[in-house]
Amino acid sequence: MSPPETLVDKLDSPWLGVVLGVAAVLGMLTVNVLFLVWLERKVSAWIQRRMGPTEVGPFGLFQTLADMLKLLSKQLITPRHVDKPLYHLAPLVVFVPVVAAASLFPFSAGLVLQDLDIGLVLVFAFGGLAFVGIFMAGWGSNNKYALLGAMRSVAQNISYEIPLILASLSVVLMSGTMNLAKITALQSERGYWFIVLQPVAAVIYFIAALAETNRAPFDIPEAESELVAGFHTEYSGMRFALFFFAEYSNVFIVSMVATVLFLGGWSGPLLPGPVWFFLKVYALVGLTMWVRWTFPRLRFDQLMSFCWVVLTPLAILNLLITAFVARLV
Amino acid sequence: MGFEQILFWLLALGVIVTSALVVLPPGGKNPLYGALLLIVSFFFMSGLYVLLFAHTMAVLQILVYAGAIMVLFTFVIMLLNLSKKELGDETRTIAKGVGVVAVVALAVKTALVIETQTLNIPAKPLPAGFGGVDAIADTLFHNYLVPFELTGVLLLVAVIGAVVLAKRTL
Amino acid sequence: MDPNYAPYVSVLACSIFVLGLGAVILILNYMLGPRRPTREKGIPYESGDEPHSKPRQRFSVKFYMTAILFLVFDLEVVFIYPWASKYSDWLKDDAFAGIAFGGMMVFVAVLTLGLVYEWKRGAMEWE
Repeated sequence: MSPPETLVDKLDSPWLGVVLGVAAVLGMLTVNVLFLVWLERKVSAWIQRRMGPTEVGPFGLFQTLADMLKLLSKQLITPRHVDKPLYHLAPLVVFVPVVAAASLFPFSAGLVLQDLDIGLVLVFAFGGLAFVGIFMAGWGSNNKYALLGAMRSVAQNISYEIPLILASLSVVLMSGTMNLAKITALQSERGYWFIVLQPVAAVIYFIAALAETNRAPFDIPEAESELVAGFHTEYSGMRFALFFFAEYSNVFIVSMVATVLFLGGWSGPLLPGPVWFFLKVYALVGLTMWVRWTFPRLRFDQLMSFCWVVLTPLAILNLLITAFVARLV
Repeated sequence: MGFEQILFWLLALGVIVTSALVVLPPGGKNPLYGALLLIVSFFFMSGLYVLLFAHTMAVLQILVYAGAIMVLFTFVIMLLNLSKKELGDETRTIAKGVGVVAVVALAVKTALVIETQTLNIPAKPLPAGFGGVDAIADTLFHNYLVPFELTGVLLLVAVIGAVVLAKRTL
Repeated sequence: MDPNYAPYVSVLACSIFVLGLGAVILILNYMLGPRRPTREKGIPYESGDEPHSKPRQRFSVKFYMTAILFLVFDLEVVFIYPWASKYSDWLKDDAFAGIAFGGMMVFVAVLTLGLVYEWKRGAMEWE
């Protein structure tokens, strides 16, 4: 069996292919993150009966771009007594794995930068690296809010990672592969999406993904009223922007994983693959925004016990029932 | 020297340097630096796995060590948060002595191995699907089913042990 | 390049590229932004007050309990990955299907016992 053709294979020089491919993924991610931030502000404004950004560009569309350029010209403040290596490296340690994870997704049939047999595992592994960066930021900042925010953030993220992965594995059980392109192709072939067979897993995944991305009702790590800005309290300028970029990229990535696993990725009638892919991703992103601006915040103890007492056992049960039913059929 | 060899030597050098820095300063002075350097060392190690075509192991290595073990280490460091005073230095000389003995023993052993072993292992063709997830699954469930179940028991003991130890201070 | 590791070299190259780009962005910001540090800017932010104690204090043992639980379940997940992706193939072989299902059943049951134990002992209750 010959490996499926990837973007890198199509070019003569593999190195040029990698650089161009990464640049393309990064560009895609940047455009989407800028749009996502604008969308979030518009959605929140709409829910709260405000206008949101209106000044820069039509409907304030270029507001985020202007904000980014502004941040680029701001002073990088380094507070005294920070742990220098950790403090300076943390934004990069959070930023790099996120982009690397985004480069693993199939945006259409054959339109994938890196087609790996264990793509799904690698996405989760890159997600796990962010914990290290968050902790470095919290510890390095020499700030009570930052350290407490980082500790809470890491504790929450590791807890919700378990049901997240277990729910994804219910789909792997049915597809028999962890290659993201093959999981999509399989759904396209069979003519149904895995959410039909795995509705419970999809719900578990969605709840856990909200917590993974630190979004309301699970946004305790950065609860403004308690912890100022959480682990990135002491960061300014582009250092802050890198954290912010990673945060919104994460929202985008968990939605992409959900699209591939549960919603059939790029498969769909009439419209071309990438259109379907991004339509589905944005439907999920819209849902997370709706949830964020509608539900109140949970308490930290409620959040932790909900994960371990409800969500994780449910995910395990779902996995075992899937295996059992697969045996009967 | 081919691309693969250059990669190997770079990765191997990375493993050795970062591992040494875990126990030497800055890792030896600050436990958090030690833990972080250990992660970097595991990264280089997983690169070596990839060169051995064991790519699943490489990714799992990153997942488990950079994710779980690292978090555990940092949380323990935060839990204890020992200052330099509390750490003390009374066992320093003994530890150093033991360390030197261990290094010498390792060097002698390595020299003996290189002396006796002719490293001309004939190259065998790899079985199909080597290093993939399916190959690991087959080995695990066909050849090592009992050790696999016992691993579960071992992990259970770890959880119970942690609860019992922590309960005293809860 | 050997196809067995070529994609991973590509992932590595990708990461290095992004790392360089991130560094360039930060350096650009450093050159473009003003540099006028004052004493007040350098104080750790505590809503305007002068900080009165060191931030790096001891943390609750609950964090440690969570980490242990995560570690154990992360390892469980590591074993489930290969099993899940191979399971549908094993089902085709009737003789082995029982072992494939029962083996994982026992493994997961043992670990869930640990979760129940920790829950019963109240180690998961955050006050």
